[in-house]
Amino acid sequence: MTCQQCGEREAVVLLKKVEGGEVRVMHLCERCAAERGVPEGDESAKTPLGAFLAAMGGDAPGESPLSSAAALAECPGCGATLQDFRRTGRLGCATCWTTFEGPLRGLVRRVHGATRHVGEFYAQPGAEPADQAAVVRRLREQLAVAVSDENFEQAAELRDRLRGLE
Amino acid sequence: MIDLTLLADGGIGWIDASGPASPLVLSTRIRLARNLAGRPFATRSSAEDREAIAEAVAGAVAGTEALGRAASFRLDRLDLRDRLLLHERHLVSKELAGLGGEPAPVGAMLLVQGRVGAMVNEEDHLRLQGVVSGFALDAAYAEVDRLDSELGQRLAFAFHPEFGYLSACPTNVGTGLRASVLIHLPGLVLTKEISKVLQGLAQVGLAVRGLYGEGSEVVGNFFQLSNQTTLGKSERDLLDHLGKMVREVMTYEEEARAVLLRDARAVIEDKVWRAYGLLRYARAISYEEAMNLLSGVRLGVGLQVIPDVGFYALNKMLVHTQPAHLASAHGVAIDDPSLAVHRADFVRTLLQDEGRRAG
Repeated sequence: MTCQQCGEREAVVLLKKVEGGEVRVMHLCERCAAERGVPEGDESAKTPLGAFLAAMGGDAPGESPLSSAAALAECPGCGATLQDFRRTGRLGCATCWTTFEGPLRGLVRRVHGATRHVGEFYAQPGAEPADQAAVVRRLREQLAVAVSDENFEQAAELRDRLRGLE
Repeated sequence: MIDLTLLADGGIGWIDASGPASPLVLSTRIRLARNLAGRPFATRSSAEDREAIAEAVAGAVAGTEALGRAASFRLDRLDLRDRLLLHERHLVSKELAGLGGEPAPVGAMLLVQGRVGAMVNEEDHLRLQGVVSGFALDAAYAEVDRLDSELGQRLAFAFHPEFGYLSACPTNVGTGLRASVLIHLPGLVLTKEISKVLQGLAQVGLAVRGLYGEGSEVVGNFFQLSNQTTLGKSERDLLDHLGKMVREVMTYEEEARAVLLRDARAVIEDKVWRAYGLLRYARAISYEEAMNLLSGVRLGVGLQVIPDVGFYALNKMLVHTQPAHLASAHGVAIDDPSLAVHRADFVRTLLQDEGRRAG
């Protein structure tokens, strides 16, 4: 089928548009589809990460799910911005995870279906006793969640780890 | 040229086919993504940062049980053939080996000792890995977990109380754990059941990749099955889930093979013996052809149609017929036209020896 807009190139995109309660269907080639604002067939939008990244630093104001303040924030650890993350798909340093915690939590939930790490807990070598106390506190919290979710296997694992620390 | 004798069993101990279910599952690999606290991630690190990371890791592994006697390779200083060879052994990623279009990054380092290894200055500062023969998730995890514990006491890893081990890409955060099982599924491919099975796996959150991992094509009916998510489940749960699914796929594969033997025995026997015949007598074979023929012979041996060929020999043929392996063995370039002839020589001789050994 040829493109219904230019009538020249092969139609590869099926565009469905709802206008005034009416569904309009158009067969379009890639170029005409792009003119009508359909994202081109690149990697973004194919994966949850790509779609999120595409939405995240959207150039048009109002399209971005983030406040402009967050979009402009710079990581104090490495100077990276959310725009940099959007471009590369990679964070600049460990501090980025704290700087952009809010938006990242949303992304992590979409990618992993959860936001809280429940695997092995790590304490850096020579961690202050205060940090150890924080680790214990965090494990207790996780244990409470596991018990209320009736995830007993995980609860047992957490209890063992707590015993090891206390 | 690198000296692979530095590597005990060349970093590919799994090829001995000694592990559980090794006719179907070639290897089980588990990697953990780790980053050093206080150092920028790859996209924002300078050459100096990367050198410092490589130095810090080299210093930290020195006293460890797991990597204290490791062979060490600087990929940014190796020639193309050696880098490709390490990639063909699944010891380094395409990117770290400088085979993905960009040169190997400054500070790109590989450490290997027995069944564990570490890639340094990959997308994450550290990619620790454990590889074992056959279908053995627990054994592979035990290897890499020991390395992780040892290094975690000597280096400060970036860890967040909510998100867990921090990674450069949000898809790896949490446990940083990716477990993958390299499995041979010719029965499902021949019975055309494979797409259904692969769709099912995607629905339960598993990723399917080709022989060389991410971005690689499926050749010779070898598939890599791995967990897709890394956060929200414990290491134990991630491994249990993958293990359960792999066992199911193995059952499907065995059922498909039984159907093939029951309904199309003559066709299958002809197919696998033709593959054997070509490998046993041909004088020039391309890599792709070799992979497909090896898949046929592997199926024939698994179905007990072809006697006197061991899985160790089959694994050896899979590894040593790859371009950089043949090129290194014969001292030629990786695109030398003689490789097809050397490849045919290699498999012919090995199959001859197998026959003689059995006979």
